[in-house]
Amino acid sequence: MNLDSYTVTRGSKSAKIAAILGLIVIVILITAPWWAGRADMRLLGELFLYLALASLWNLMAGYAGLVSVGQQAYVGFGGYMLFALTIFGGVNPVFAIALAGLLGAAIAVPVAALIFRLRGAYFAIGTWVMAEVFRLSFAQVGALGGGSGTSLPVGIVRSMADGRSAREALSYWLALGVATLVVAAVYLFLRSRKGLALTAIRDNELAAGSLGIDIFRTKFLVYIVTCAMTAMVGALIFLQKLRISPDAAFSVNDWTAFVIFIVVIGGIGTIEGPIIGTLIFFALRETLADLGTIYLMVLGLVAIVIMLKAPKGIWGLIKDRMNLQIFPLGYRVETPDENKGA
Amino acid sequence: MSAILKLDGVSKSFGAVTVADSLSYELQQGEALGVIGPNGAGKTSMFNLITGTLPSDSGRLVFAGQDVTRQSAATRSRSGIARSFQVPQPFSGLTVFENAMIAATQSAGLTGREAERLCLQILEQTELLSKANTLAGKLTLLDRKRLELTRALCAKPKLLLLDEIAGGLTEAECTSLVQTIKDIHASGVSIIWIEHVVHALLAVVDRLIVIDFGKLVAQGDPKTVMDSKEVQEIYLGIEADA
Repeated sequence: MNLDSYTVTRGSKSAKIAAILGLIVIVILITAPWWAGRADMRLLGELFLYLALASLWNLMAGYAGLVSVGQQAYVGFGGYMLFALTIFGGVNPVFAIALAGLLGAAIAVPVAALIFRLRGAYFAIGTWVMAEVFRLSFAQVGALGGGSGTSLPVGIVRSMADGRSAREALSYWLALGVATLVVAAVYLFLRSRKGLALTAIRDNELAAGSLGIDIFRTKFLVYIVTCAMTAMVGALIFLQKLRISPDAAFSVNDWTAFVIFIVVIGGIGTIEGPIIGTLIFFALRETLADLGTIYLMVLGLVAIVIMLKAPKGIWGLIKDRMNLQIFPLGYRVETPDENKGA
Repeated sequence: MSAILKLDGVSKSFGAVTVADSLSYELQQGEALGVIGPNGAGKTSMFNLITGTLPSDSGRLVFAGQDVTRQSAATRSRSGIARSFQVPQPFSGLTVFENAMIAATQSAGLTGREAERLCLQILEQTELLSKANTLAGKLTLLDRKRLELTRALCAKPKLLLLDEIAGGLTEAECTSLVQTIKDIHASGVSIIWIEHVVHALLAVVDRLIVIDFGKLVAQGDPKTVMDSKEVQEIYLGIEADA
């Protein structure tokens, strides 16, 4: 047998079609400020930010096995950094979002040094405790409104762009940009050599360690990068809200419970899962939110049914049945026979 | 000939249970060493100590002239120690080829076409090439064992540790596996092989050691060791299995 007749490819037909469709969707979304209403744009903006949060949580929990229930720490931290940098530092809000990411990475290092000593359920609880520490600390800062919070001064809001519609368009594009950036970064990372190592850790830590993968370093890196980007998303969330308070900024419901719901029903440990999960979550919310607490019960029910009936989430179901691939991460060996046919 | 691996008084216990009791021996470059001993004797624990997934309580481990006692499993893997697990540990969500690629890129440090090329070669050698695109979680037992071997070989090892790789295979499967291991040995890789299927082991190894209660109780020429009185005593049960 001649090995030269074998070729290794990393793409697929369905992935190519998906990439073209994805580009078209992004282009259409970019033009939304010219055709969408104000409320629709707000909703889309929020959807993009949840997509970013879910993709990041999925990378951290679904691949690196770091099941954090305390990511609200970084959402809130990012939000507060935006307010502090713009109000006290006079930094341009858009620039402040990037800075919030850097500061998020800086604060994640000592936090990781503490909580990485914990395993499994203890790690999860540890992350939540850290988030509470963050919340209580920011509630002590009088200059940022203490426990009752503060609003972004009008001057800073105006400095973003002239006129309300221009500001709303900018804020929408930032959200779309961040979501695209996060999904693209997760995809490119997982396709890289380090990403292959992370996928190995997801499937089997014992074997991964025995094949030259430094598990601690890989997880540490993923945690820091995830938290930095979560802080950026947090800054953007509160730039849209224009008001911040400790309870809103560090809400475990808004920034972690819903995000976990999205990832679990979509399909944990896949790039496509959080995208599908976000769409389903927003579809449920827009149709059922008027029902109040019943809406939350329905969410819980959906989560339980999916966990029991389709543990790999909705994308897992689709992938198993149709052998579909939107983000090609893997390798395919094409045999000589297939080559002849092609 | 120089020693590729040297154990010097390596010990490990979990409370009152001693899994390695001052183990000392040398493995020469290019040698194939067989390890036998009853269940629970500490054979797999010895592999865990050599690969670094289990830290030793005391003693020294020297690999290729370097003291690796304090090194992590990942570092030891990159410097050339590879193993196959007794209970296969596949990356079940990845294909056979991707499993191989992890070893080639992370442990052997290869990239791009070079890594792909090595994986294809090894997969052909281990007869898994036709299943390159199959998810590892869907393989049969024989193929899972072959995958263990494939991954270990894609790490380009200097020292290969095989943990009961012939267990549970049919006679024909076993024969083809023995041939593959002979070829690997012939290419210059040093091997330590734990095996209950004694005839498979004896077809390959140059020397045999016997471990019982974490202690090295006998070593030497395979035939002499197998015929020795203490081995006959320990081994009556295992003879019947084989």
